[in-house]
Amino acid sequence: MTEAIEIFATASFWAAVLRIATPLIFGTLGELICERAGVLNLGIEGIMTFGAMVGWMTVYQGGDLALGLAAAAAGGGLFGLLHAALTVPLGLSQHVSGLGITLFASSLTYYSYRLILPGETTPPSIEPFTPVDLGFLSDLPLVGPSVFTQTPPVYLALAMVPAVAWILYRTPLGLAVRMVGENPHGAEAQGLDVFALRIGAVVVGSAMMALGGAFLTLAAFDSFFFTMIQGRGWVCIALVVFASWHPGKALLGALLYGLFDAYQLRLQHVVSDAIPYQVFLMMPYLLSILALVVMARRAAYPRALMRPYRRGER
Amino acid sequence: MRLERRDHVPAALALAAPIGAVLAALILCAGLIAWAGAPVLEAYGRLVTGAFGSRLSLTETLARATPLMLTGLAAAVAFRARLWNIGGEGQFYIGALVAAAAGAGALALPGWLLISVLLILGAAGGAALLVVPTLLKTKAGVDEVVTTLLLNFVVLLFVSMMIEGPMKDPLAFGWPQSAPVVEHAILPDLIARTRLHAGFLIAIAAAVAFWLIDSRTVQGYESRAVGANPEAARFAGIAVDRTILRVAVFSGGLAGLAGAIEVIGLKEYLTLDLSPGYGYAGIIVAMLAQLHPLGVVAAAIFVATVFVGADSMGRSLGVPSFIADVIVAVSLLCMLVALFLARYRVRRR
Amino acid sequence: MIEATRDTVLALDGITKRFGDTLANDAISLELARGEILALLGENGAGKTTLMTILFGHYTADAGSIAVFGRPLPPGRPRAAIEAGIGMVHQHFTLADNLTVLDNVMLGTEPLWRPRSDRRAARRRLEDLAARFGLEVHADARVGDLSVGERQRVEILKSLYRDARILILDEPTAVLTPQESERLFATLARMAAEGLSIVFISHKLGEVLAASRRIVVLRAGRAVAERETAATDRHELAELMVGQRLTEPRRQPLDPGAPVFALDGVDLPRAGGSALAGVDLTVREREIVGVVGVAGNGQAGLAALASGLAAPRAGRLALFGEPVRRPSPARFVAAGVGRIPEDRHGSGVVGDMAVWENAILERARDPAFARHGWLRQGAALAFARRLIADFDIRCPGPRARTALLSGGNMQKLILGRILSADPRFILANQPTRGLDVGAIAYVHGQLLAARERGAGVLLISEDLDEVLALADRVAVIHGGRLTAPQPAGELDTRRLGLLMAGHWGEAGHAA
Repeated sequence: MTEAIEIFATASFWAAVLRIATPLIFGTLGELICERAGVLNLGIEGIMTFGAMVGWMTVYQGGDLALGLAAAAAGGGLFGLLHAALTVPLGLSQHVSGLGITLFASSLTYYSYRLILPGETTPPSIEPFTPVDLGFLSDLPLVGPSVFTQTPPVYLALAMVPAVAWILYRTPLGLAVRMVGENPHGAEAQGLDVFALRIGAVVVGSAMMALGGAFLTLAAFDSFFFTMIQGRGWVCIALVVFASWHPGKALLGALLYGLFDAYQLRLQHVVSDAIPYQVFLMMPYLLSILALVVMARRAAYPRALMRPYRRGER
Repeated sequence: MRLERRDHVPAALALAAPIGAVLAALILCAGLIAWAGAPVLEAYGRLVTGAFGSRLSLTETLARATPLMLTGLAAAVAFRARLWNIGGEGQFYIGALVAAAAGAGALALPGWLLISVLLILGAAGGAALLVVPTLLKTKAGVDEVVTTLLLNFVVLLFVSMMIEGPMKDPLAFGWPQSAPVVEHAILPDLIARTRLHAGFLIAIAAAVAFWLIDSRTVQGYESRAVGANPEAARFAGIAVDRTILRVAVFSGGLAGLAGAIEVIGLKEYLTLDLSPGYGYAGIIVAMLAQLHPLGVVAAAIFVATVFVGADSMGRSLGVPSFIADVIVAVSLLCMLVALFLARYRVRRR
Repeated sequence: MIEATRDTVLALDGITKRFGDTLANDAISLELARGEILALLGENGAGKTTLMTILFGHYTADAGSIAVFGRPLPPGRPRAAIEAGIGMVHQHFTLADNLTVLDNVMLGTEPLWRPRSDRRAARRRLEDLAARFGLEVHADARVGDLSVGERQRVEILKSLYRDARILILDEPTAVLTPQESERLFATLARMAAEGLSIVFISHKLGEVLAASRRIVVLRAGRAVAERETAATDRHELAELMVGQRLTEPRRQPLDPGAPVFALDGVDLPRAGGSALAGVDLTVREREIVGVVGVAGNGQAGLAALASGLAAPRAGRLALFGEPVRRPSPARFVAAGVGRIPEDRHGSGVVGDMAVWENAILERARDPAFARHGWLRQGAALAFARRLIADFDIRCPGPRARTALLSGGNMQKLILGRILSADPRFILANQPTRGLDVGAIAYVHGQLLAARERGAGVLLISEDLDEVLALADRVAVIHGGRLTAPQPAGELDTRRLGLLMAGHWGEAGHAA
């Protein structure tokens, strides 16, 4: 039993919490931006898959790591543009379009990967991001090796939380984005371009989702393999609800999830004989459902979420 | 430019929409085939002959269409009532798990009775799995999209646990698979020495039954009303929550039935690769069919054609068989646009 | 037409707009002077709102041009209208409930890409304007928490904040008490005195006469008349607006009978408006009881109780003298209650289903329309045809999609659905909202006829004239509490207005 508690005292555990949370921070913030503008993006799972492959493939083909991230973001943005084109000006079902984007993005990912690397049985690897040395900060006990020896994308994700919060709550652009998610007719009446704002939000949000995918292949691991996203995108959608559409709470949710996931991974080794490992793997999904159940009643949805906007129609 | 909603979608247009969508998808995917260095027209030719060219390939296509019809119906029945059941994959596996567990010798029943019991159990398993998120939706306001999606992963892990644990076949040389079902629990073949089995007829019957229920019964009428305007349905005195729950039982049941049929009709035991995403593909089938039960039959055969045909095209021309998934996904997106164009007309100002 | 003299700030010339086969605006021309209050009078569907949405750039006209301060206004761009100095206060407010007043006012006033909003300056400016025009609101309040009157103030402030010189108000009093309306008119006068020009859209004769200086009457998409307010009266305007003389059905005096619907000390938790507390109400056979009040004061809860959607948390609910323990819409329908919902599109009909399917919506399980779970489609179609004939529902046939029906015909379908079952108690919740004059008269006639056949009617309405014309007794709802109903003959709009604003003591009466 003490073993199960001692896990918390290791720096490697807390480092893992951050590492697991990072793709979820990217994904949750990305989804949050889309939904704040009134567009549910179920394409997230596929966009993360695509981001993971494109980021990795860019580096594998000789690009540097930053270029890999940029390529992933650009790819994610393109799928976001497709989703936005279908759901915003055409006003098609956000559910179905999003699922279609997920199926399209993942199948295209697998097809391209197979085509570029035919017959590879073991996935080839790249040289991934290495932890940065933050001088004395990295030498601090416990927090040094956990928080201050992470890879650059982890800090990018952490920096995005206040950035997104600032944009949403402190800038005219953020106010406009929130307005199109609450009452697009009101935004239109003030001369704002509802379509452009929604499309922009979906593109930017989707680019961030793809960064979450790319983090997996460029920092957390060093190769791409099929089904590596494992429902992380769907978890992000649950986390957005958990966070009540607030960036700060999204960070909290992602960290809680990371905490839990890292713990169950370690606990598996401690009690592997008594309980099948699948039970542990199920836990994060079940917990996400639980989080949804707890938050569902309190959730203050953006009022216009999932409502297509058509000019001049009420 | 302005969009104007048509008062009525002409039948010809409703029929042309899926055909146009599929053609558009094939044209869009031609680029990907060319990228693989294969001649596009020949590739599509091989796709068709691969799916229909011989008795064997034709029966294979219909065998592949069987679970797709059922998962497609599962999605259609749910979406019609605006219950976003994206958990078809999980419900499929639960149905398969239940059928494999109960069919491996635990029940000492004679042939047809055993088969019927296994099918009912499988359907019940799938239904039970969807009832949980549906109750969460109606009682606690929890969005069912994410819960049904996440349950897919939970179920797969559960299946993995079972076939590595209590249900593991001791004779399978350590492979994670369940013990096979007993011989008289296996559905008869429709055509000898092919993979086409009686499950195909069950799926067709399910489509016809769904169509009759939907268009001719009070229950179908009520679910349509609930799907189209739950507020008005509730106001008029229709028990909305109960109707949604009933829809969930049907929908989950159909997906569970698909899993059970796949086990006792084709595979005879349970593995983790029993379904190449039938649950998700069912959503595409339903959308291509515009949620019409009889259209589901046609759409399922189309999707099965692409899957079976792409296998043979891939083998002969070196195009990764993932092209099938791409074609099907692009068809879905094109179908959305086609439906839009059918419903609206574009006017200049 | 008045010649373009003085300082013309706005000139519309030959505006024409067609939707499908209907001509919404037919070559309408009008002008507005500096400091003028112009009323645009017309019944629902006359084309008032279309005209103003064209002016504001939400729609583009098929023909015609607009000039603001002598300069042509580019069509189809709300931004251009705002920049030209036009502000619009919409009938359905364009505010976001979850945002604060300041957020709503600031929206779109700063360059989008500025890295930081200057909220401090915005707040100061907002507070200055509010004080100058007597439009006090709390800048940090969440709009969703404001009353309807306060929201309208926010809408007006939004326009003023943008330096609007021309203000367009679309049916601004539809949701206000008479006193709030008077306060609004005072504000408008103050703004006109400061040189703002105001267009005031309405179908209510009284307030058009009270608030405007000049009146343009629209009918069926055309400007049919123009009058100086001082030189016209109610009767002339009514005839101009409708184009014919209409006789309002008269209410025969009848002796009420046994109670059909009774609430006794009923509490109900918040349901999209105020919670109800200690509500007593009795509706008897052969009488119409009217309930008036400002929107959001508990009407939704009262309607939910009277339609079977909600059960009292405390107190008793009785139908036809029998207490109802577990109310449900189905039980109410079966017991003989006919219910006209407030939102006919939202909860009255299923727009995507056929007319015949909507005709049987409440009675699909009735043996007349179902046998062993199978729908008797033939019987349902025959029933729908009878409704179409009996209630004069204009539609292509029973198989037409219901969403295609006009508001009036949709309401006739709902009326037919409930009246064909010969109900003994009828809930009529805003039964004429958004209907044209002909349809309103039809609905009124049907309600009075049902009363004469012996039904009791609970009429919930925001239209005081309607309630005073139809109801035998009138109760006022405010803050979830209901006054004791008083005979309609003893009430006038001023008294009702005080009661609606919650001044129960000053109105000389307390419940």
